[in-house]
Amino acid sequence: MAVRPKDLWRKIRSHLGTTVEHPVSPAGRELRARIKDPGVKKSVSVCPYCAVGCSQLVYHRDGRIIDIEGNPDSPINAGTLCPKGSATYGMVVSPHRLAKVRYRRPYSREWEELPLETAMDMIAERVKKVREESWEEEDGRGRRLSRSMAVASIGGAAIDNEENYLITKLFHSLGFVRITNQARI
Amino acid sequence: MPGLGITYGRGGATTNLMDLQNADCIIIQGSNMAEAHPVGFRHPMIAREKGATLIHVDPRYTRTSAMCDIYAPIRAGSDIAFLGGLINYVIENERYFRDYVLNYTNAATLISEDFRDADPAGLFSGWDEEKQEYDPTSWRYEGMPLRYAAVGGSQGAIFGEAGEGEDHAGELHAGRPRPNDQTLQHPRCVFQILKRHFARYTPEMVERITGCPKEKFLQIAETICENSGRDKTTAFVYSVGWTQHSKGVQVIRAAAILQLLLGNVGRPGGGVLALRGHATIQGSTDIATLYDVLPGYIPMPDVAKNHNTWRDYVETETAEAGWWSYFPQYAASLMKAWYGEHFDPKDGKLFDHFPRISGDHSYYPTLMAMKDGEVKGCFVFGQNFAVGGPHAKLARDGIRNLDWIVVLDAFEIETATAWKLDGVDPEECGTEVFLMPSALVSEKDGSFTQTQRLLQWHDKAVDPPGDARSDAWFVFHLGRRLKELYADSDDPRDTLIKALKWDYPTQGPHDEPDIESILKEIGGYRTDTGKPVGGFAELKDDGSTACGGWIYSGVFAGGVNQARRRKPWQRQDLVALEWGWAWPMNRRILYNRASADPEGKPWSERKRYVWWDGERWTGRDVPDFEATKPPSYRPGPEDRGVDAIPGDGPFIMQGDGKGWLFAPVGLKDGPLPVHYEPVESPVPNLLYAQQRDPTARLFFRPDNPYNLPEDPRFPHVVTTYRLTEHHTSGAMSRWIPWLGELQPELFAEIPPELAAEEGVRNADWVTIETSRGKIHARALVSDRMPVFRFDGRKIYQIGLPYHWGPNGVVKGDVVNDLVPVSLEPNVAIHEAKAFTANLKRGRL
Repeated sequence: MAVRPKDLWRKIRSHLGTTVEHPVSPAGRELRARIKDPGVKKSVSVCPYCAVGCSQLVYHRDGRIIDIEGNPDSPINAGTLCPKGSATYGMVVSPHRLAKVRYRRPYSREWEELPLETAMDMIAERVKKVREESWEEEDGRGRRLSRSMAVASIGGAAIDNEENYLITKLFHSLGFVRITNQARI
Repeated sequence: MPGLGITYGRGGATTNLMDLQNADCIIIQGSNMAEAHPVGFRHPMIAREKGATLIHVDPRYTRTSAMCDIYAPIRAGSDIAFLGGLINYVIENERYFRDYVLNYTNAATLISEDFRDADPAGLFSGWDEEKQEYDPTSWRYEGMPLRYAAVGGSQGAIFGEAGEGEDHAGELHAGRPRPNDQTLQHPRCVFQILKRHFARYTPEMVERITGCPKEKFLQIAETICENSGRDKTTAFVYSVGWTQHSKGVQVIRAAAILQLLLGNVGRPGGGVLALRGHATIQGSTDIATLYDVLPGYIPMPDVAKNHNTWRDYVETETAEAGWWSYFPQYAASLMKAWYGEHFDPKDGKLFDHFPRISGDHSYYPTLMAMKDGEVKGCFVFGQNFAVGGPHAKLARDGIRNLDWIVVLDAFEIETATAWKLDGVDPEECGTEVFLMPSALVSEKDGSFTQTQRLLQWHDKAVDPPGDARSDAWFVFHLGRRLKELYADSDDPRDTLIKALKWDYPTQGPHDEPDIESILKEIGGYRTDTGKPVGGFAELKDDGSTACGGWIYSGVFAGGVNQARRRKPWQRQDLVALEWGWAWPMNRRILYNRASADPEGKPWSERKRYVWWDGERWTGRDVPDFEATKPPSYRPGPEDRGVDAIPGDGPFIMQGDGKGWLFAPVGLKDGPLPVHYEPVESPVPNLLYAQQRDPTARLFFRPDNPYNLPEDPRFPHVVTTYRLTEHHTSGAMSRWIPWLGELQPELFAEIPPELAAEEGVRNADWVTIETSRGKIHARALVSDRMPVFRFDGRKIYQIGLPYHWGPNGVVKGDVVNDLVPVSLEPNVAIHEAKAFTANLKRGRL
């Protein structure tokens, strides 16, 4: 049941409770976004910002995102997005985005680049080393602890459930208990 | 928050955004919904179109206020006084929903003879001056044993909010009713205690404390009473304006109590909607990355509890009545999901190697441990805590004292650059930094759990750029490497990592783990066939099921990713049961059995939602109740588990099936809310001798000084807030030119009278200082900041959006450098919504 643009505008007007002019000129209304071009695909996503959970439509072609809009099917946002949600596209294509590992040596003034696999190996080695150096098998009263308090994990409210799950599963199995995120319960 | 968890049984929002459209009245307090959750605000606006009255109660006049029918200004930090006044109004004027209160709450239950209320000192019975904490024994129901099998953190938490270990109502059991008085007249029944407790919260006192004019308060009180009852419902909406206080849990408790008195919980257009701040902040507590709970609010093994062996752990945490009676099933299934054939629930030996907690290892103690050199390495997954948390300077100092930090982010956030901030010479800072480029949401598969417990799947559209990867990729491949490094170890300390089941299928050129297979594991499956289970009722304690997060059990029912359902809203009921999947078991309004009367009939035709049709519960939502348990069912004293919950007990997570007006166990700062001033306040507490929450957690360290109450050097109240155009620490917004252009610069919103006193004109620079630090901001002189008269004195408030930092395309000072680490006792949330500061013209 697609809503025709005319009806949609009537609906918006009724929601606003005012009789404002249509914000787009009649000529402008005839323009069609690139999302209608041949070869453009559409995926469904969720807005990364607040917890309202607006559904987004991600348009992409040849492995590149070309537009992100509100999903009209969602009972939560019914096609709308706020200024942040509308800027999701700007975040994805931002020239400031990182695409290489940045590494800063101790006492260095500079970033260096590292190959991803090298960085992963280095991190794994550091985890192993600090874990071995800081292991607590039991406390002063002989109670079993089986842990290391020297590694912390911070964050979780902006990443996926499945990612949080892997973090808690792996880190607890390594004996790490300083695990925390933005939530307080 | 345990505010909801202790009162109703689960910490999640009781209702959902769409259901606000069914409300006759919506009161938004502690939230600037129109600006901080703008799209969510369309639902109150639709309700208003349909005739609902909208009320905004807030220290600032905002766009939310502008769109509401009634705006009431209150001084930041005075919410309990306001809500206590409403509770008093409802009771004194006999406007409570008597049938609901009598049947669905603990109003009639008698409390121990030893209980003493908080007035006038402001301390309940059980206060231990030396330990600075309560012994809650005297708060218990009459006849409740002193020590009982506990349900502890788990129960506290399903709650969504960790309660205290042994302090939950294990022995509460509806089949063994406690002494009670159905006439509600006994002086020791909860109702009379409540009545006496809130009697001092008169309209006059509300005006004196909060600054809200008495007439405005009375107008609101009358409006919510008129819009509650059989035919009408009122909803409450809140956000961190309620939680970020040294008594945040009790603020929410106050609203939760009020909603029970008005009979608004579990019914369409009612309830308490918590607006969370991050895309999956609900998910990150459900599938917890927290120190004290495992997924599904399973409590972390703790040396302070009887958790020595698997058997001890399970026995300690298993409740006698309600859904926490099945703890053995949940916990064994979790262990099977993590360790597969290496975990045998018969002996549970592998559990001996599981790590234990021994105190508070949460965020703030961890920051201090970083600074003190006890933490060596740190992983950061999408949290910019060098800017985004209170006392951010302490966080940056902590980071600079680490041996190494691994930051996964899409941008060069401040948390990765502490070594070159604050004027530090990088050559003095030995922290090794790995800044790993991360994928954004549209570049990976996965699910978020949004504010109303709703899981929504997002599809991967494209590959992330260059070496950017998902956090799942990072954790999976880090785990794979570590398993290899430990493969040959025979050291007992490496037993768990060797046993870890880490065999997710991978795909694509980068060997991305298959995310649906992870969700399937969270939702649970049979270990023999691998088939997904239909829900947590199917979980077993004999090792035949594995389930990574029992409250999400059912999310893969029938082998279908239920979180990926996307039936358009136009083609289904407003409840939208086929859009995504809500825990538990796709129930959209919790405790919805309360939408029917004790006999199972709708309270009114207008508010029909879930009802008993003679054979089963049915209606517009999935019943939050056993489907075929008749309203007349009464448990016997020997019944266990859900069989111990009566047919008229809608609060199925509570041992007695009732909503808790009075919390006999589970909270550290009292069984009832009390108005205390914020830790830092320019005024005295007018209601009690006790100035602040006596159990608030303070850290007396040289690097965390506090402003004393009524300190003339810090006369103004600061309240921090969000803008529409930025997000928390700015990590996902200060790098986007569009948003930077819309909100380019930090400002301080101040009232014209304060500006005149300090000689400040609009857009002048001002310096705002606390004993932690100072910041510079442009003044935004605005009538939107109310000025309060407090016993003849003027109290000014300063509003500060906290999104800026030194990196990004728009930069500014870090507002969180001003905020103290002063924490709420139950959940350790900080007090950023009310603290004191001074303000001077210029950049001093």
